Amino acid sequence: MTEQKEMAGEVKVIVFQLKDEEYGVEVSQVKSIEKLEHITRVPRTPKFVKGVINLRGVVTPIIDLRTRFGLEEGEYTESTRIIIVAVGELEVGLIVDAANDVIDIPVNAVEPPPEVVGGVEAAYLRGVAKLENRLLVMLNLDKVLSTEELKQLDALEV
Amino acid sequence: MDMNQYLDMFIEESKEHLQAINDNLLLLESDPTNVQIVHEIFRSAHTLKGMSATMGFEDMANLTHEAENVLDLIRNGKLAINSDIMDVLFQSVDLIESMVIHISEGGDGSADVSKLVQKLRAIVSGDFSAAQQESAAAQAEAEKTSKPEEEKPAPSKQNYELDEYALTVLRQSKEQGNNLFWIKVTLSEQCVLKAARAYMVFDHLEQMGEVIKTKPSVQDIENERFEQTFELVFVTMQPLDKVKATILNISEIAEAVVETIELKPTASEAQANKKTSALQAEKKANAAPQQTGKKPGVGGKTIRVDIERLDILMNLFSELVIDRGRLEQLAREIGRSELQETVEHMSRISGDLQNIILTMRMVPVEQVFNRFPRMVRDLAKDLNKKVNLEIYGAETELDRTVIDEIGDPLVHLLRNSLDHGIESVEERRKAGKPEVGTVQLRAFHSGNHVFIEVKDDGAGINKEKVLKKALEKGIVSQSFAETMSDKQIYELLFASGFSTAEVVSDISGRGVGLDVVKTKIESLGGSVGVDSVPGKGTTFLIQLPLTLSIISAMLVQVKNEKYAVPLSSIIETAVFKKDQIMMAHQQKVIDFRGRVVPLVSLEEIFQVPSDRQEESDEVAVVIVRKGEKMAGLIVDSFIGQQEIVLKSLGKYLVNVFAISGATILGDGQVALIIDCNALIK
Repeated sequence: MTEQKEMAGEVKVIVFQLKDEEYGVEVSQVKSIEKLEHITRVPRTPKFVKGVINLRGVVTPIIDLRTRFGLEEGEYTESTRIIIVAVGELEVGLIVDAANDVIDIPVNAVEPPPEVVGGVEAAYLRGVAKLENRLLVMLNLDKVLSTEELKQLDALEV
Repeated sequence: MDMNQYLDMFIEESKEHLQAINDNLLLLESDPTNVQIVHEIFRSAHTLKGMSATMGFEDMANLTHEAENVLDLIRNGKLAINSDIMDVLFQSVDLIESMVIHISEGGDGSADVSKLVQKLRAIVSGDFSAAQQESAAAQAEAEKTSKPEEEKPAPSKQNYELDEYALTVLRQSKEQGNNLFWIKVTLSEQCVLKAARAYMVFDHLEQMGEVIKTKPSVQDIENERFEQTFELVFVTMQPLDKVKATILNISEIAEAVVETIELKPTASEAQANKKTSALQAEKKANAAPQQTGKKPGVGGKTIRVDIERLDILMNLFSELVIDRGRLEQLAREIGRSELQETVEHMSRISGDLQNIILTMRMVPVEQVFNRFPRMVRDLAKDLNKKVNLEIYGAETELDRTVIDEIGDPLVHLLRNSLDHGIESVEERRKAGKPEVGTVQLRAFHSGNHVFIEVKDDGAGINKEKVLKKALEKGIVSQSFAETMSDKQIYELLFASGFSTAEVVSDISGRGVGLDVVKTKIESLGGSVGVDSVPGKGTTFLIQLPLTLSIISAMLVQVKNEKYAVPLSSIIETAVFKKDQIMMAHQQKVIDFRGRVVPLVSLEEIFQVPSDRQEESDEVAVVIVRKGEKMAGLIVDSFIGQQEIVLKSLGKYLVNVFAISGATILGDGQVALIIDCNALIK
């Protein structure tokens, strides 16, 4: 599906807010958007792992994107959302400040990311989409959801 | 004909037959003179051949056909078994097995069988070099009669094996002016659906007259229990040429011999000869049970159910269990007696249902165990050791999900026992032990657990070697090493990055150590331990939960969080006074029924955030155990016992310390399940 879109020159992305920036993830990677509900803390996991929720019978891990990117933590508000994304076999919920929009962006509008955008390391980013009046930071979900760091932390604790 | 609908059945049955052949070949190896076993093998091979031919897997049919020829000679005492023949047979079974696997994975089951076919043919014809001296006499005989069925002498001298009834019918027919024919039909080699061809022959013949008798019986022909040829006695008004032409008109018929039967009164002597009577053939009665041999009388009591359906059933039921928890909670809150009664009743029924569903998923460990004798035999041969595998408790039942996963760890442990445990024949002789080493594989139930024990009578674990290795690899420090108990040292075998094999062999030392076994077993919610007596042997003990899906658990509260502790690891719950807590080695301990039990604060271990500091002079403690060892988990309060559905934390959160999974509570929230094994050192 993604390929078709790309051939047409456009991708559909879900736009969400994190601090002052707008970010985008491809619709094909998003399973659903949920309101914040009770999160069960999982002890002795990295700080950005907020815990797990019951997503219609499936226990789904939740990570806080702000903490994941090393941004300062924010209060959870009415507009806080959990974006459930699926990458390969992983299914993870991302806590974001708000999820506001679904838009089509031309593929050629995505440029490689500069070193740091809004305090987020370039490694987590796939690029920056320049639209008419806004800047959209495209996430590299593979990297964001990489379990390497989890394993490293594990090793440290032992 | 669309064969796809039969494919699953074919694969299942092929596997069963292959297993049977494997088992029986092993038996035969230890008891080479037992003809009964050969018969069993022959039957399985024969069925396999028929099935594979019907399904159009020609390579497989071809190979089984050749193997069958060899077996036929053996069963008729024309060929003596030796280890070379056994090896070729085993190789054949392996190849067929790989074909079946290929087929089950969607392949066409084709494989290069020419080499084995050649070997098998060589055995049949007696050219097989290794077999030569051993059974030279037998071979000469075997050669002459290698194809006893196909090369019958001239049929006019044939004993038609007709009984009194058939003869009467024939005589009467003759008197009425009918022609009596003896017909022998040979199907072409390429013929796949032999039964169908045979049916066509019968169909055409019956339009012209009556088939009085067949050989083999009609039943056997329908079930394809015949070689390339079958014979029949036919009564018709038509002349011989016409009959012959009709048969030859059917495709895939290689040859049809038609001869007129001369009735002689003496033919009645033949009556007693065979069980397959004309009467039977006409009525198409059941074939003689001695010939079919397969599962007599047990049919109809079991059905095959797709495993996927069982899984779906289980998942649906899990959802129900969660809702049940919720309903129970609601009913308590609302407090209306009718509602409570109904909910209670429903709980009871769903409890029964749960038991049934769980037992439906239970399968005997036999499924896993029965491939080991063969594996051990091959391994022992490769290693040049003599090993006898003894299996006990193969009927012990385990949840299917556990069964599916337990195979590899057991293979690993067995390989380990053979490779490192059992000594070579010379060493054993020197140590004054019997040359043949023994490996015992034992499964048994105990409480909510199933134990599987792998025990060898080998040299035992070399403590010094293990310690040295662990120090080299930096797994333990020098100072700690000095304080370690024997048991602790043995447990080092399971440490990751540890492998004692000095030379990496392809038996057990493939660069992966026993830590893989440990990880696997623990991921199944079980544990594995090892004990060893120098010079006497080593024992590995695996403990597994009966089921992985629904377990009983105690819910406990720690500050604002709820955790589930599997009931299987709880000894009891207790409340202690604060002043009963003592300190030993900077560790809080309590005296529990005369035993000193270390205390573990869940609040500290799990770093539970808390805003309030409650001071109470009592502590609630859940006493849990891991094998012999115990520990007390300090909690805030006990919520109660509940059936919970095990859910995994997903692929993202792996190896979370002391958490084995999660469950969904009645209120829809997730509670984590505590892995007590990790909390007890």
